[in-house]
Amino acid sequence: MSNHLKNITLRIWRQAGPNVKGNFENHVIDEITDEASFLEMLDILNDKLVHEGKEAVVFDHDCREGICGTCSLMIDGQAHGPQRGTATCQLHMRQFKSNDTITVEPWRASAFPLIKDLMVDRSAFDRIIESGGYITADTGGAPDANLIPIPKVIADAAMDSAECIGCGACVAACPNGAANLFTGAKIAHLNRLPQGQAERYSRAEAMVETMDEHFGSCTNHGECEAACPKEISIDVIALMHKDYRKAKFSNRKDLARG
Amino acid sequence: MSLTDDLLAKNTVQLDSKIPAGPMADKWNSYKDNMKLVNPNNKRKFKVIVVGTGLAGASAAATLAELGYQVDAFTFHDSARRAHSIAAQGGINGAKNYKGDGDSIHRLFYDTVKGGDFRAREANVHRLAENSVDIIDQMVAQGVPFAREYGGLLDNRSFGGAQVSRTFYARGQTGQQLLLGAYQQFSRQVGLGGIRLFNRTELIDIVVIDGHASGIVVRDLVTGELQSHAAHAVVLATGGYGNAFFLSTNAMACNVTAAWRAHRKGALFANPCYTQIHPTCIPQSDDSQSKLTLMSESLRNDGRVWVPTNPDETRPAHEVPENERDYYLERLYPSFGNLAPRDISSRAAKRAVDKGLGVGPKKNGVYLDFADAIQRLGREVVEERYGNLFQMYERIAGENPYEQPMRIYPASHYTMGGLWVDYELMTNIPGLYAAGEANFSDHGANRLGASALMQGLSDGYFVLPYTIGNYLAPMLNKAIPGTDHPEFKAAEEAARLRFNGYLAAGGTKSPDFFHRELGKIIWDYCGMERTEQGLEKALSEIPALYEEFKKDLRVTGSGESMNQTLEKAGRVDDFFQLGMLMCQDALDRKESCGGHFRAEFQTDDGEALRDDDNYCHVSAWEWGGDPMKPNLNVEKLEFEEVHLATRSYK
Amino acid sequence: MAQIVTSQRGPVTGTATAKKKRRPFLLDLYSTAVGKKYVMGATGIAMMGFVLFHMIGNLKMYAGAADLDHYAHFLQTLLYPLAPKGWVLWILRGGLISMLFLHLHAAYSLTVMNRHARPVKYQSKRDYQIANFASRTMRMSGLVILAFIVWHLADLTFGVVNSQVGEMVAHSGDEESVKAVYASVVHSFSRTPVALFYVFANVLLGIHLFHGAWSIFQSFGWNNPRFNTWRRAFATGFAALVVVGNVSFPIAVMAGVVG
Repeated sequence: MSNHLKNITLRIWRQAGPNVKGNFENHVIDEITDEASFLEMLDILNDKLVHEGKEAVVFDHDCREGICGTCSLMIDGQAHGPQRGTATCQLHMRQFKSNDTITVEPWRASAFPLIKDLMVDRSAFDRIIESGGYITADTGGAPDANLIPIPKVIADAAMDSAECIGCGACVAACPNGAANLFTGAKIAHLNRLPQGQAERYSRAEAMVETMDEHFGSCTNHGECEAACPKEISIDVIALMHKDYRKAKFSNRKDLARG
Repeated sequence: MSLTDDLLAKNTVQLDSKIPAGPMADKWNSYKDNMKLVNPNNKRKFKVIVVGTGLAGASAAATLAELGYQVDAFTFHDSARRAHSIAAQGGINGAKNYKGDGDSIHRLFYDTVKGGDFRAREANVHRLAENSVDIIDQMVAQGVPFAREYGGLLDNRSFGGAQVSRTFYARGQTGQQLLLGAYQQFSRQVGLGGIRLFNRTELIDIVVIDGHASGIVVRDLVTGELQSHAAHAVVLATGGYGNAFFLSTNAMACNVTAAWRAHRKGALFANPCYTQIHPTCIPQSDDSQSKLTLMSESLRNDGRVWVPTNPDETRPAHEVPENERDYYLERLYPSFGNLAPRDISSRAAKRAVDKGLGVGPKKNGVYLDFADAIQRLGREVVEERYGNLFQMYERIAGENPYEQPMRIYPASHYTMGGLWVDYELMTNIPGLYAAGEANFSDHGANRLGASALMQGLSDGYFVLPYTIGNYLAPMLNKAIPGTDHPEFKAAEEAARLRFNGYLAAGGTKSPDFFHRELGKIIWDYCGMERTEQGLEKALSEIPALYEEFKKDLRVTGSGESMNQTLEKAGRVDDFFQLGMLMCQDALDRKESCGGHFRAEFQTDDGEALRDDDNYCHVSAWEWGGDPMKPNLNVEKLEFEEVHLATRSYK
Repeated sequence: MAQIVTSQRGPVTGTATAKKKRRPFLLDLYSTAVGKKYVMGATGIAMMGFVLFHMIGNLKMYAGAADLDHYAHFLQTLLYPLAPKGWVLWILRGGLISMLFLHLHAAYSLTVMNRHARPVKYQSKRDYQIANFASRTMRMSGLVILAFIVWHLADLTFGVVNSQVGEMVAHSGDEESVKAVYASVVHSFSRTPVALFYVFANVLLGIHLFHGAWSIFQSFGWNNPRFNTWRRAFATGFAALVVVGNVSFPIAVMAGVVG
């Protein structure tokens, strides 16, 4: 069942800190089972490095189930590596062959400053959510959950975009370093639901403007959708653009009152 | 005189559970009617530290901040949204009775107490069941896209250990959606200034001054700097310790450090041997594996568990004729069938594999077969219900579950044990609270599916915001120690020495190596089945390995920048000490109950055999200065509402 | 040593916090990247309209010199005598120039923004999945088209590089002579390098439109499962139509079909 890959060369980006120069470092993995995940290969490498008295490669990872969004990595020029709809932690060595050279680089964007080696700081995403990516409903005052029926198609569409794991692959893959897919996914999630209507336009406006402070602009390449481990469609970007436009045009008067 | 009473007399710490008087159904209301309140304008004069931003931590921090308290929230992740609550798949229970199938708060309460094998505190469980209803309302208001029926009303599914459909779900990502709901509410408060968020900051120690929790010492993971934070109260919502097994379904960073450091500062650690082994995980495929992946229990709604009757079976699953298959759960537990509770189905799988009937290349799994479901419901329906789980399985195992049955095997998943807390979720250290998986209170010896999310949110949304006020009210306008207090300095110094110690150990082996070895010992002897002999063996092996850890550890790099090896060393150190306590607790509890199965104590047909005369108590351990010498304290469990009975799912 | 915690915290209630700005609405909209994309889209639509009608009008060439020259004269005398000759045309031209300027300004500021968004480039080769040649060369194709517009105006509008522009001709039945547009076009395209540049620039225009005409839908948020598949077809069809029409002129001249 399981095969073994031999002689994998890893070209890994090493950088001791944000303000020092970094470079690629080559490491060879002599043999590894194809049942292993990509991150398990990095574990093996790190164990070896520690054993040799060298510093381990720093990389973000946590749940290893593709849901927490902590893992990142630009693998062979693709965010989260070559397998579609798959986060790095779910990428398995079956996707590679013996004698491959695999290049691993951190995600690069000014909004994601590098911390060390392959680890970057994605707090800018939190800033976007903090500015409006929520429904204001203080604990305690909620009406019965079945009070507002939500058509199944609406609930499903909201869920499609709510699946975003906030990993930042969209920004990493975007030639412009734009976060429209991330922001659009949250706006599409909340703005499609009846509960989200009260703040629909103030949310769209606030989130888009916060996004603007950190990220590049969308030029509709579609790379984000291809890199997204949850395969969130760029339809959400269109929805965000529409709601932002409505916020600016049709609802100027309402917003001016507030 | 029973052993419980005997031990009770020897308690070194007074364990007052503070359960309100009155009938079970009125206790929580009566508590709320009588608790002390803090005036809305005075709330901002109190500072509360919340450690952990999972369901319990995020919901507690958000709610406390909404009420007006100053909240400092800490997470070692890069963002509050990463907490491992996110990985819960199946759903969340709520006694809404939307299906009209006879559900009620009482029934959820009863199921949970029974599911916990009568080792939970009744009053806490009842409160949990009451709050379950409000949680669903609150989360829907937050915009959680729960699954809907065509009419637009909420859909439910059924889950292990229950005979009603009361589980709300959002595809196979309920935990994610709930966590994001709480995270968004939390983020709103961060944006509004109600919460100060410290990310990539790990708790290193708890500071107790004059018997009160006064603050914490944390380490900035990016710079390695140690900092102290003082507050009126500290909430630990830091999750469970399932990673003690090394291979578990927990995320890589899950650890026991916060709870363990609190334990070393005097907080009692209750029932550490109650760990849950989840029956439906993907079996281990190779030795370098770093973690196991859970396949939601909800799969058992439509999947059928079986093994071939012939141990030498080599044919692919679909070629094995019906009469050569053993659908053992359906055979042994006809009324619950494939939905038997987790501990029971796990042990059944282990027995099958131990008999040599295992499937897969390593013969270390059992089949979970969807062929019937696909035939009955059609592929589309199955895909809609479990599509993402099937995809995940295919990515990990490299097999298509629409064509071949999944292979599953039990793995460590959840820990029912944790810091001892009273009815107010306060540990025995005044001002120190534990919420969510970090405490021990609601699940007894076994947790039912879809109850963890419920408990985390109940604690954070609907319990702590009340009970903390009750503690804080008398402290209004009284000074609290600042971070220049000698206790803070001493804690910082101790932490500095500890981390420098890891860096200076100068051995040859990485923390991961020791973690793996430790996990193997704990899994072998304190896993799904425990014996006196095995536990004693573990208790001789763990201290020996711990000595080796201290001598032969190697941590490369420095303490002044991001160093994951160093972080890991600190966590493994605490796992070692916890591992010893787990085994001692398992050894001490001479009965089988829920997730704690002692081979010596079983019925003729292999079911857990409780000893209610001598062990109907909570074992809460006090730090004795040496991990091998803890002091046992007990809290007697009284059952007023549910009568102690043998748990049967036949 | 001891402390009494004082309040440092903000309000307990509040909602999405867009910063309040005091500036005219259009400038406010234009201040964000999303707003700039609307401007790109809106000006794009206007220029697409121009390009389409320009091409359709020029098809008159196939009807002969008189038709084309009369068409040009008709444009010159739009709304005459309500407005003096040439005025309306200049107003339209003014509009087009502002559209072009806004389009360029938005493109420039978005490019600057995007450069800032990734100051350190990827150090290894990127492997793009979806981004196509058109979307990745918008800046380059745009610049070539800009250069072409300058040339095209210098050539056929102002006659800086075309001696035939400004010549008058009287076709049979004319009361007065009109500008000899047909002759200048033929003169221009009989110079092979000019014709080739024209073809090259129009192919790039097609590529620009292939992405741009699709992109407008996304930027404006015109997205609906009912017509999403149709958006790509529209962009492709529009780009093809404009390219085929425009490119046919120099080819027709060079092949001697027209002349």
